[in-house]
Amino acid sequence: MILLLMLASALLAAALSAAIPLRRAAPTVTVASALFILSLAVTAALRVARGVTIALPAVSLRADALSMLIILLVALVGATAAIYSWGYMERACGQRPTRLRVYYANYNTFVFAMLAIPMVSESTLVWIFVELTTLSSALLVSFDNTREALEAAWKYVTLSLMGAGIALLGFLILFAALQAAGGGSYTWDGLLAAAPRMPPGLLEIAFLLIVVGFGTKVGFVPLHTWLPDAHSQAPSPVCALLSGIETTSVLYVILRLLPIVAASPAAAAVAWMPIFGLISVGAAAFLLIQVRDYKRLFAFSTVEHMGIILIAAGLGSRAAHYGAMYQVVSHTVTKSFCFFAAGAVVLTVSTREIASVRGLIRTSPAAATSLLLGALAIAGAPPLAVFLSELAILKAAVEEGRYVVVGLLATFIAVAFFGVLLHINRMVFGHVALAPASTDHGRGHDARQRLPVSCVSILIVAGALVVVLGFYLPAPLDVLLRMASGALQR
Amino acid sequence: MRRGDDQSGVRVILGALNSLVGGLFLLAAFGMVATRQTRGCLLLFIYQSLLLAASAFLLAGEYASWHLAGVGIVNLISKPIIVPLILKRTLSSQIYTRREIDQALNIPASLTIALALAVLSYFLTLPVLAAAGPQFRSANVPIGFAALLLGAYTLAVRREAVPMLIGILAMENGAFFAGIALSRELPLIVELAIASDGLILVFVTGVLVRTIQRRIGSTRVGELATLKEDQALEGQEAA
Repeated sequence: MILLLMLASALLAAALSAAIPLRRAAPTVTVASALFILSLAVTAALRVARGVTIALPAVSLRADALSMLIILLVALVGATAAIYSWGYMERACGQRPTRLRVYYANYNTFVFAMLAIPMVSESTLVWIFVELTTLSSALLVSFDNTREALEAAWKYVTLSLMGAGIALLGFLILFAALQAAGGGSYTWDGLLAAAPRMPPGLLEIAFLLIVVGFGTKVGFVPLHTWLPDAHSQAPSPVCALLSGIETTSVLYVILRLLPIVAASPAAAAVAWMPIFGLISVGAAAFLLIQVRDYKRLFAFSTVEHMGIILIAAGLGSRAAHYGAMYQVVSHTVTKSFCFFAAGAVVLTVSTREIASVRGLIRTSPAAATSLLLGALAIAGAPPLAVFLSELAILKAAVEEGRYVVVGLLATFIAVAFFGVLLHINRMVFGHVALAPASTDHGRGHDARQRLPVSCVSILIVAGALVVVLGFYLPAPLDVLLRMASGALQR
Repeated sequence: MRRGDDQSGVRVILGALNSLVGGLFLLAAFGMVATRQTRGCLLLFIYQSLLLAASAFLLAGEYASWHLAGVGIVNLISKPIIVPLILKRTLSSQIYTRREIDQALNIPASLTIALALAVLSYFLTLPVLAAAGPQFRSANVPIGFAALLLGAYTLAVRREAVPMLIGILAMENGAFFAGIALSRELPLIVELAIASDGLILVFVTGVLVRTIQRRIGSTRVGELATLKEDQALEGQEAA
């Protein structure tokens, strides 16, 4: 019931924000709904952490620990990004309330689709909701309607939908594999139960098609080309959703398939995952160094982190899976904060070019501090959460004796660390005199504005969360992480 | 005994019809690679969707499955009728003018590659066929897979928005053509959801294409290539 209530709330908010023509209605409805969903998600998560599986078989909704973790993260970023949007979009959209209504209607549909992915147990319906995330966020990516935003949205839509077409065949073949194994319900549990009897040829090809298809949407190299475009051109609160949680909620589908494949005669296919992951991490780490747009910087960092999670999930030991789950949480919390910080910088200097932002700490201490905190946190500086989760993964890999993986992964993480901080350090502390005399730069400083209250409050809340998560992991969350990593085991 | 003979006779006819539909389906996929005009591309897509529906009905007769008949009906309504309607409503007639489609590769080269893809898909689906067992549906799997790959190929080489959109839809057609041959009991609710999803897809991309057309002045999305590591910011300043 609680799951249905969350979905209904998001849908209702989408309908209301499209329908009510008052100027403040859409943001108010959205924030109220997002906070309501967050409170429900926390309640449900506490219940799941006590060992209850929430299920509503009549409409094939089900939430075990792994699902609950994703639901909780969607609800969290959905709420923070909604409040952040309030001030940000008002500043960005100005006097066009109709545009604002379109924005919030799409926003709520997007949140609805992302909530539904982990809740739905019927596997083909999962495909549909993944497709719905693409469609509801396409117009959010193109929201600015600049040439670049439209290009980014077009690339995003075509590549994601192409991937979805490939994944669709994968799901249909998976269904055929289930029938060949003697039938059963086409849910994650049903598949897991039937896995040992499935013909390995069918399962292998279905798995490969789904990994390639949805991997496009997660942003695995070499299918990542759309990701830095879309994740940099969208309005910043949307970037927080796209980069922070959309990628993870699609990765969730691949994570769900791993134990099924591992339990089947085609188990060898799981061993490809660390290789795919290393390719992504390595390519992203080196691409990070040459970016010239700081939102693209964080977008490439998302590619890197998705690769790390895939490596950890493919390693196979319980400790590695715990690391993967921990990384999911730390990445989502940190990356959404990074994009909130980047949004604050965009509002202050009105450019996304790294080279034209210098000495930010003097012109806008609030934006600069949060940007620096975000960069340190996402790059994996101790003692923050990303550092701890990456350490957990490396430790698990050492315990498994996968020294090549450990060596490469540690190198790539180090390269990415320096890549991120090289750029951010220049932006925050760099000498103003060194900056090229671009027009954007001058204008940005003249029109120096105070950040909207909602943005500042979210920067404080999300920033506090990033810091706290490094020192203190609440006991129920830890239980949830352990249970979720159990769900990844065969 | 006589009844058994009748049934096997019906099976032979259904099998022959299925091969015919499969061949035409693949031909339509090749046609989409070869055509030079947006209107022709849309027309071929409509033919292909009709053939997909026909294949669903044939398989429904073969397996005596109501689910597959439902798949056929949903397909018959959504793709050949509603999709073109939405496209005509959201996009102006300018898109349908008899303009040649920009392509990264010329048509003969494209057809050669398409042929190679079709042969490749036959070999790629061999393990699937081996696992699924011998049935007359066996021909449908490589054909559907080939249509999927050809759709992806048109998506990659076309530089015009509407043919790219049709390429995506053709990919879904291919996936379904192979999928329904493999799995006969796919729940109807799923098919309904996938069909409505296709309609949202056409609507959303239609709105996006219309915005691109208004803002850029054409739908040649191939010209949109400013977002790269080196040039990203030059493009930004120009805008």
